[in-house]
Amino acid sequence: MPTTRRAAVLGGNRIPFARQFGPYAEASNQDMLTATLEGLVARHGLAGERVGEVVAGAVIKHSRDFNLTREAVLGSSLAPDTPAYDIQQACGTGLEATILVANKIALGQAESAIAGGVDSASDAPIVVPERLRRKLLRLSRAKTPADRARAAITLRPTDLGIQVPAATEPRTGMSMGQHMAITAARWGVTREAQDELALASHQHLAAAYERGFFDDLVTPYLGLTRDQNLRPDTTLEKLGSLRTAFGSGPDATMTAGNSTPLSDGASAVLLGSQEWAAAHGLTPLAWFVDGETAAVDHLGGEEGLLMAPAYAVPRMLARQGLTLQDFDLYEIHEAFAATVLSTLAAWESPEFCRERLGLEAPLGSIDRSRLNVNGSSLAAGHPFAATGGRIVASLAKQLHEKGSGARGLISICAAGGQGVVAILEAA
Amino acid sequence: MPRSDGYTSFVNSGLGRRLASSLGLPQPVPLRRYSPGAPLVEGPVLVGGHDDTPAVGALRDGLAAAGAELVDTVPDGARLGGVVVDLTAARAPEDLESLRATLGPALKRLGRCARVVVVGRHPEAAATVAQRAARRALEGITRSVGKELRAGATANLVLVTEGSEAAALGTVTFLLSGRSAYVDGQVFRVGEGEAAAPADAERPLAGKVAVVTGAARGIGADIARTLHRDGATVVCVDVPAAGASLATVANGVGGTALQLDVTAADAGARILEHARTRHGGLDVVVHNAGITRDKLLANTDADRWDSVVRVNLLSILAMNETLLAKDGVREGGRVVLVSSIAGIAGNRGQANYAASKAGVIGLVDGYADDRALRRRGITVNAVAPGFIETEMTARIPLGTREVGRRLNSLAQGGLPVDVAEAIAFFAGDAQAAVSGNVVRVCGQSLLGA
Ligand SMILES: NC(=O)c1ccc[n+]([C@@H]2O[C@H](COP(=O)([O-])OP(=O)(O)OC[C@H]3O[C@@H](n4cnc5c(N)ncnc54)[C@H](O)[C@@H]3O)[C@@H](O)[C@H]2O)c1
Repeated sequence: MPTTRRAAVLGGNRIPFARQFGPYAEASNQDMLTATLEGLVARHGLAGERVGEVVAGAVIKHSRDFNLTREAVLGSSLAPDTPAYDIQQACGTGLEATILVANKIALGQAESAIAGGVDSASDAPIVVPERLRRKLLRLSRAKTPADRARAAITLRPTDLGIQVPAATEPRTGMSMGQHMAITAARWGVTREAQDELALASHQHLAAAYERGFFDDLVTPYLGLTRDQNLRPDTTLEKLGSLRTAFGSGPDATMTAGNSTPLSDGASAVLLGSQEWAAAHGLTPLAWFVDGETAAVDHLGGEEGLLMAPAYAVPRMLARQGLTLQDFDLYEIHEAFAATVLSTLAAWESPEFCRERLGLEAPLGSIDRSRLNVNGSSLAAGHPFAATGGRIVASLAKQLHEKGSGARGLISICAAGGQGVVAILEAA
Repeated sequence: MPRSDGYTSFVNSGLGRRLASSLGLPQPVPLRRYSPGAPLVEGPVLVGGHDDTPAVGALRDGLAAAGAELVDTVPDGARLGGVVVDLTAARAPEDLESLRATLGPALKRLGRCARVVVVGRHPEAAATVAQRAARRALEGITRSVGKELRAGATANLVLVTEGSEAAALGTVTFLLSGRSAYVDGQVFRVGEGEAAAPADAERPLAGKVAVVTGAARGIGADIARTLHRDGATVVCVDVPAAGASLATVANGVGGTALQLDVTAADAGARILEHARTRHGGLDVVVHNAGITRDKLLANTDADRWDSVVRVNLLSILAMNETLLAKDGVREGGRVVLVSSIAGIAGNRGQANYAASKAGVIGLVDGYADDRALRRRGITVNAVAPGFIETEMTARIPLGTREVGRRLNSLAQGGLPVDVAEAIAFFAGDAQAAVSGNVVRVCGQSLLGA
C-alpha cells in the first residue's frame, strides 16, 4: 500500500547552454539529452544501472522524436531496461518532470528516477503550410497513377513556404515578449529595474562559475564549457544602451539584454529514496517538499500570460503553512527580467493579493539578496524544457551548502498562461 | 585501443621485411600484449643460474602456478618463451660466467617477444667489494642483452632481498607476461616481504578503489580501463573542461567522474571524500595528470614555469598530504606517480617539465623512506614513460616523431596501455615488497639510458 516518504534530489547535470545557431546548431534534442544523461551517469556512477524511470521532454519537438527520452536512454550508459517517457508543459517541463518523479518516489512506486528536459531553438522542425501538408498527404495516399496525377495537379507554387515554429501564443498570435510587455507596463516595471536584475544575473552566474560551483553540475559539450550567453563583464551602461525589443513607444522597457535569448541545451536531475541513495553512496542534497501548478486566463487580457506562478505559490504556501518570507533562497525563472519583477510586485500588492488571491494581507516582499544567487536564465540562457532541471539541481546544491533545513522556493512561468512552482529543503 | 604505426605494419609485410633487412633499417614487430585469458608466456621458460639458484627455488612453484612451463635445459626444436637466470648466489665477478653459460646459448633459441629476466641481489647489501661488483655487473649485462635482443624480446633485472626471494613472484610474473610489452632494460627492486599471489590472477585488483587523475584521455584513460579490467572500481578525475570525454571514460569503466583541477587547494580532500562516500574508501592513487609548456629555459617566463611545476609536482605533494594522512588511503594502499624520461635524461626546451618529472622521482624516494607509510603497507612507485603514441606525440613533426619512436631497443613507440599495465602492476597486492621504484616504460630508449 502506498505510504509516503521523502524523495531526495541527489545531483544533477546539464550541458552549458548555447545561443540559438551557436555551437549546438547541428545537435538534435536527442543528442543533447543523451550527452546530458551521460554526464549524469558518470558523475553518479550509474553506468549499467537500471533507474526507476527517466522522464523528460522538449517544447520544440520533431515528430520523429515521439519517444525522445526513451531513445536518449537507449543511447546512454544507463541499463537498457530503464523505462522512460516524455512530458511537455512548455517552460515548466523540467520542473513538472521533477514533481512527477518525486511523487512516484514518495509513494514508493520508484526508488530512483531522472527528471530532465531539452530544447533546441536551432535544430527546429520545419513545418509546411497547412494547405500544402493536406495536399501532400493526399498525394501519398493516392494509389493509381491517375489518382496521383489528380492529386499532384492541385499543388500550386503559392502553396510553398516554410514555417519555423516561434515562441508565439497560438490563441493570441502575440509573442511571449509582447505579452510580457503588457504585464510589465501594468505593474510599472521600469527599464532600470530590469537592467539591474539582468546585471545581477550575469554577475551571479559568473561568480558561481569562478568559485567552481558548477564543477559538479555541468559537463562541457561540443567544446562549450560555460553558458555561451554569459557576459561576466556586462555593465548597466551596456545594458542601458540596448534598443527596446518588445512593447512600443517611449514606455517600452524590454530589450534583448533583459529578456532571455533563444537557446539550445539540456539538463537532468537525479532523485531517489533515502535508501537508494545510501545504497549508492550518494548524499541527498535536498528533499523535494511540494509542488504546485497553476494556470491563468490570459486570453481576455484579465491576467498576464506569465503570471500563473503568482497564483501557484500562495496556494502551495497555504498548504504548507509557510509564508513567502520563510525561504533562504528563491529561484524565480527569468523568462524576462520583467517576469520576476511583476511577480514580486504582485505579491507585494495588497490589491492583487486581496482581489486575485483572496488573501487578507499581501504575501509581502522577499529579501532580494536571496534571489537567484547563482544567476538565472537571463545570463545562462533558456532552452525551454531544460530550465527546470538547471534550477532544481543548482538550488539543491546551494541549499545543501547552506545546511540542513534551509528552504528554497522555485517559480517557473510557462507558455499557455501556466506556472509550475516547488519547494525544496536542504537535506 | 592498440594502434600500430604505419612503418611497423610495413616492415611486417613480405616486401617491407625484405627491404628493411637489406637496408639495415629497424625491424620492429608487433609486441605481445596481455589480454585476459592469454597464456603467461609463449613457450617454455628456461631457468638456471649460479650455484643453488635460491631465487629460482623460491619462485618455481609460483611461476608454475601462474602458467609458466619451467625447463632446466632448452628442449630440442622448441622456441623459448623466456629465460630466468638467477645470480643471487654470486659472490664475485668470476661467478658471472654462470650467467653467460646459461643465457648465451639460450638467446639463439628465443621465440618472438620472449622475455629475459635476470634475478640478482641489491648491490648495496653486498658483503664484499667483489660481491658488490658482481651484483652491479648484472645491470650492465641486462641492458646489453636488451639491446642485443630482436623480435620484440625484452630483458630486465629484478633485485631481491635475501630471505624474501618469493616476494618477487609478482614482479617476475609481470615481466614474463604480455603486460610488460614495452618495459625493457629496467631494474626492479624488491624489498622484504612474503610471497603473495592474487586470489584471482585475472582480477588482481578486485575490491580495490582507485583514483586516476588526468583520466579524460591519453595515458590516463587507458590507466582507468586497465585498472577496471583488473577488477578495480575507478574514480576518474580531470579538469571540468575535459568533462565530456571524462564522462565517456568513466561510463566505459563503470566508474565515477570527478571534475576537479588537481591544483585546487582541496583536491586531495575532495578525492578522498568522493572515494569514501561513493565507494567506501580508497586503495590506489595514480597521479597521472600532467601538462607541458615547452620553451627554451632562456625564453621561459614565470607563468610557464609555474604552471608546469604546479600541475606536475606541487599538486601531488599537496594532495598526498591528505591522501597519505592516517585517515587517507587504506592500509596496503598503492600510490603510483607518472614521471617521464625527460625527468631522467632532460630534454631541450623542457627544463620546467623535466624539473617537475625529476621532482616526481624525488617524491618517490622520499615516500619510500617514510617509515610510517611502510608500517601501513603503503607503497609508492613511479613509471617514467618514454615515447608513447598519444595525441600529444602525434602532434610532433613527422621527422622528429619518427626518430623519437625508433630510438629504442624495440624500434617503436609504446602504447598508452603499456604504461597503464606497469601502473596496474605496481597497484597489485602482490607487490607489497615493491616500493621506491622508478621504472621506465620506454622500450629501452637510448635517451638518458
Ligand atoms: N605521451 C607521452 O609520450 C608521455 C611521456 C612521458 C610522460 N608522460 C606523462 O604521462 C601523463 C599523461 O600524459 P598524456 O600523454 O596522456 O597527456 P594528455 O595531455 O593526453 O592527458 C593529460 C590529462 O591530464 C589532464 N590534466 C591536465 N592538467 C590537469 C589538472 N590541473 N587537473 C586535472 N587534470 C589535468 C588533462 O586534461 C588531460 O586529460 C602526464 O603526466 C605526462 O607528463 C607522457
